[in-house]
Amino acid sequence: MKLELREITKKFGDFTANDAISITVESGTVHALLGENGAGKSTLMNVLFGLYDADGGQILLDDDPVVFSGPGEAMAAGIGMVHQHFMLVPPFTVAENVMLGHEQVTGPAKLLDLAAARSKVNEISERFNFHVDPDAVVEDLSVGAQQRVEIIKALSRDAKVLILDEPTAVLTPQETDELLEIVGQLRDSGTAVVLITHKLREVQAIADTITVIRRGKVVGTAEPTDSQEHLASLMVGRDVSMTVDKEQAKPGDPVLEINNLSVVDSATSITLLDDVSVEVRAGEILAIAGVQGNGQTELAEAIMGVVETAGGSVTLEGKKLTGRSIRQVLDAGVGFVPEDRTEDGIVASFTVANNLILDLYDRQPYSRGGAIKPSVVRDNAEEQVERFDVRTTSIQALTGSLSGGNQQKVVLARELARDLKVLIASQPTRGLDVGSIEFVHKRIIEERDKGVAVIIVSSELDEVYALADRIAVMYHGKIVDIVSPDTDRDTMGLMMAGAHEEEAA
Amino acid sequence: MSAMTTEASSAPQQGASGQVVKTKSWKATIGLGAVALISLLFFGFGTPTGVQTTFTVATSTDFIAVPSITVPARAAAVTLSIVALLLTGYVAFRANQFRKVGVWLPIVYGMAIMGALLTWAGADRSGTTIQLTGLLTSALFLAVPLVFGSLAGTLCERSGIINIAIEGQLLAGAFLAALVGSMAGNAYVGLIVAPIAGGLVGLLLAIFATKYWVNQIVVGVVLNMLVIGLTSFFFSTMMTDDPSLNQSLSLPSIDIPLLASIPVLGPVLFQQNLLVYIMYVVVIVLQIMLFKSRWGLRVRAVGEHPKAADTVGIKVNRTRVRNTMLGGAVAGLGGAFFTVASGLAFGKEMTAGKGYIALAAMILGRWSPRGALAAALLFGFADALRVQLGIIGSSIPSEFLAMTPYLATILAVAGLVGLSRPPAAEGIPYKK
Repeated sequence: MKLELREITKKFGDFTANDAISITVESGTVHALLGENGAGKSTLMNVLFGLYDADGGQILLDDDPVVFSGPGEAMAAGIGMVHQHFMLVPPFTVAENVMLGHEQVTGPAKLLDLAAARSKVNEISERFNFHVDPDAVVEDLSVGAQQRVEIIKALSRDAKVLILDEPTAVLTPQETDELLEIVGQLRDSGTAVVLITHKLREVQAIADTITVIRRGKVVGTAEPTDSQEHLASLMVGRDVSMTVDKEQAKPGDPVLEINNLSVVDSATSITLLDDVSVEVRAGEILAIAGVQGNGQTELAEAIMGVVETAGGSVTLEGKKLTGRSIRQVLDAGVGFVPEDRTEDGIVASFTVANNLILDLYDRQPYSRGGAIKPSVVRDNAEEQVERFDVRTTSIQALTGSLSGGNQQKVVLARELARDLKVLIASQPTRGLDVGSIEFVHKRIIEERDKGVAVIIVSSELDEVYALADRIAVMYHGKIVDIVSPDTDRDTMGLMMAGAHEEEAA
Repeated sequence: MSAMTTEASSAPQQGASGQVVKTKSWKATIGLGAVALISLLFFGFGTPTGVQTTFTVATSTDFIAVPSITVPARAAAVTLSIVALLLTGYVAFRANQFRKVGVWLPIVYGMAIMGALLTWAGADRSGTTIQLTGLLTSALFLAVPLVFGSLAGTLCERSGIINIAIEGQLLAGAFLAALVGSMAGNAYVGLIVAPIAGGLVGLLLAIFATKYWVNQIVVGVVLNMLVIGLTSFFFSTMMTDDPSLNQSLSLPSIDIPLLASIPVLGPVLFQQNLLVYIMYVVVIVLQIMLFKSRWGLRVRAVGEHPKAADTVGIKVNRTRVRNTMLGGAVAGLGGAFFTVASGLAFGKEMTAGKGYIALAAMILGRWSPRGALAAALLFGFADALRVQLGIIGSSIPSEFLAMTPYLATILAVAGLVGLSRPPAAEGIPYKK
C-alpha cells in the first residue's frame, strides 16, 4: 500500500510543529524520517495515526484521501504503529495485548476467544522467528521482546504500513541488529515501513529513502549512502563535528570509592543495585554503560543519597558519604546532573535566576539573615547565562519555557558553579539537539581536565565512546566488567546483555 | 562465534528488565503469626480447662434436624489458633518461594481467629449457646451492602476511577428505595429505583473526574457530603411531614426449594430475600465478565494503561463514565439493603460508614468480584460476631469488638496479608 502525506500542518497554539510536510512511502520500502528530538517527527506520525487532528493537509492511501478520527480507524485502514513508549498493558499476557481492541469472541456467552488469539500470535511469531510465548505476561518480558509483541500487534491487524517511532532507543546493540533484520523481512514481504529516528547508523543500515525534518519542515532528502557528516548537517542545519576532541586522561588518586553498594526497592523488595564496587580517580571519566533500567539510575542516586541504600558504602577522599544528608553530600563537593531534567533537575515554575541558586540560596553571598539578596542573585544569573550560553529571553523567564538543551545548560551551570571533586551526570544529553550535545560534552571534558572525578551514566553507546576513559557495563544491578573504551561495539553489546568480557570478546 | 550468537539471541528472552532479583518479604508472616500467637495464648490457653462451649446449628424449620454440638472449649480454641498458625506457616513457605497466596487464605485465617474468640467467649456458659446458623445468617446479611459496595469500587477502579463516593451511593440508594417504595407501597419498586439513585451519584463523579479532571478522592468525599446533606434535608422535611413517604417496607424472605433444606448452609444461603439472590448473580456475572469477556478486557486495559487502550481504538473516557455509572448503580442497589431489604424506614446517615468498609473490602479482595465477596463476608462475620457477643455477654467491651473489622482493614491495606496491586492508572485523569 502506498502512503502519501500532502502538506500536513499541525499547530499547538502559536507553535507550528509540522509545517506543510509532504512525504510519500511506497510499499516494500523503508522510508526513514530523520530529525532531531523536537523536530516534529512524532507529531507527524500521531497526526497520521489519528491521535491528533491536522490543521491542514491530506493523507492519501493508494491515492485515495482518508480522514482518521482516531487510532482505531487508522488501524482498520492498515496503518500500524510501534510507539516509542510501548502501548502494552503490563499485567496482560501477550495474547491479551495482541487481541485488545479487536477481540474475537466465542460461544453462546460471547467470551474472549483466547485460543484464536494464541494461534494468531504463534503464527506471526513463527513467520518472523520472534520466539514470543503468547501466554507470557508482558511485564516479565525484556524490552526487545516487548517490541516484538508490538510488531505482532500491528501485523495481527494486517498492517500494510508500519510506523516505528524511535524503535532502538531502548534496545541493546544486538537487539537493534535483530530489529533491523526484522524490518528488512517486513519490507521484503511488501510492507511499507516508516522508521522515525535520529540515529544515523540505523538510517544508513536499512533505509531506502531518507527525508530529513528540521523544526517542523522538510529540509531535504538524502541517500543512505551519504556520509554521516552530510546527514548530520542536514539534520542540524549547520556543520557539526561527529567526534569530541579530548586529550588523553591524566588520572590521579582515587577520589570516590564505592564498596559493595546495594539498593532494594522497599515497595516490591526487588534488588535494583546488587553489591556494586568501583572507584573513580581524579581527572578521569568513568562511563556507566548499559540498557536502561539495569541499576544505573539507582547507582547515581545512591551515591547522592537520594535513594536509601541497603548495604555498602561510598567514600569521598576517605570520608564516608553514605548515611549523610543530600545537603552534606553536595557540600562535600559532589555535583549531580539528574537523569530526568524536568522532574529532578529544575523547578520549571521558577525563574532561570532562581534555578541557578537552588543549592546555595540560603548562604552568603546570595542571602544574609534569612533574606535573599536579589541583586547578587541577578548578577550571578547574568554571569552564568553568559558563560553557559543559555538561550533565554531573560533571566527572569520561567525555566520550564526553555528548550531541553537550555534547561540542561542551567542545570550544568548550577552544578559546576561549586568547587567539585566529583561530578555525576546521568543521561547528560538525553533529548538534546546535536549542538547542545557538543557543548555539554565539552564542558564535561573541561571538568575532567580540571581534575574532577567524573561519572557519566548513559544508555547511548555513542556518548559512552565519546567521553569515557573507562567503561563500567551494568546488567541486572551488577557491574558486569570494567573495560577500556577500545572495546568494540559487538563485545559491548553482549556485555550489556550480561556476558563477561572474556565470553563476549 | 557460534557461542556469541547463541548468547545474543537468548539473552533478551530472560526477562531482562533488570529487576528480576527479588528479595523475600516477611511482613505478612510476621503480622499473621503475631495475631495467631496472641489468639493461642489468650483465647486458647486463656480458656479454662474442663469447660465446654455449645454451638447450636439447628433451626426450628430445618428439614433434617442436626443436634447441637458441644466441644471442649480449651481444645477447640487451641486447635483453631493452631490452624491459624499453620496458615501462617504456609504463607512463610510461599514467601520463601517468592509466591503469593490466594485470597482464600486471609479469609480462612480470619474465620479461625474469630472462631477461637467465639469458643473462648462461649465457654462455661451453661445457659447460653452459640447460635451458629444465626451467626452465619446475620454475617451474610450484614455483608450484603459491603459486597455491593466493594463490587461498585471494583468496577470503577478497574477502569481507573477511584470511587470514594460508595458511601454516598449506598445512602442515595437507601433513600430513594424507601421513598419510591413507600409511594408505591411495594418494596420491590424500591429495589428497582435504588440503582438509579446510585447511578446518578456515579455520573456526577464520572463527569468531574473525566471532563474537569478534579481530584477523584476530593470529588468522592464531597459527593458523600452532598448526599448526606440532601437526604437529611428531605428526611427532616418531606418525610417527617408526611410519614407515609417513609414507611417500613420489607422484602419477603424467599425459600429456594430443596436447597433451603440443606443442613446449616441451606437456611444461611437460601432462606433470604431477593436482594441477596441478586447479589449472588451479580458477583458471578461480574467475575466472569471482568476477566473473560471483551468488555472486561477493555475495562482492565483502560484502568492499567489508558493510552495503550486509546491507541487500539478504545474510547477511554467513555468506558470510564459508563463503568463509574454502572458501579454507582450497583452500590445504589446495595443501598436498598438498609431500608427495604431490612424492613426499616429511612434514617439520617443510616449507612454509617459502610461505604468506606466496602472500599477496604475491595482492596482486601484485590479488585476482583470474587475477592470482594470473600472480604465482605469476613467483615460481615466480624460484625455479626460483635452482635452475638453482645447477646451472650463477654468480658471484652463490645466497642473493641466493633473495631476489629477496621483493624483488619488497616492490616490488609498495609499489605500485611499479601501485596495487592491496584490498577496502575487509577485516579489519573486521561488527557490526550
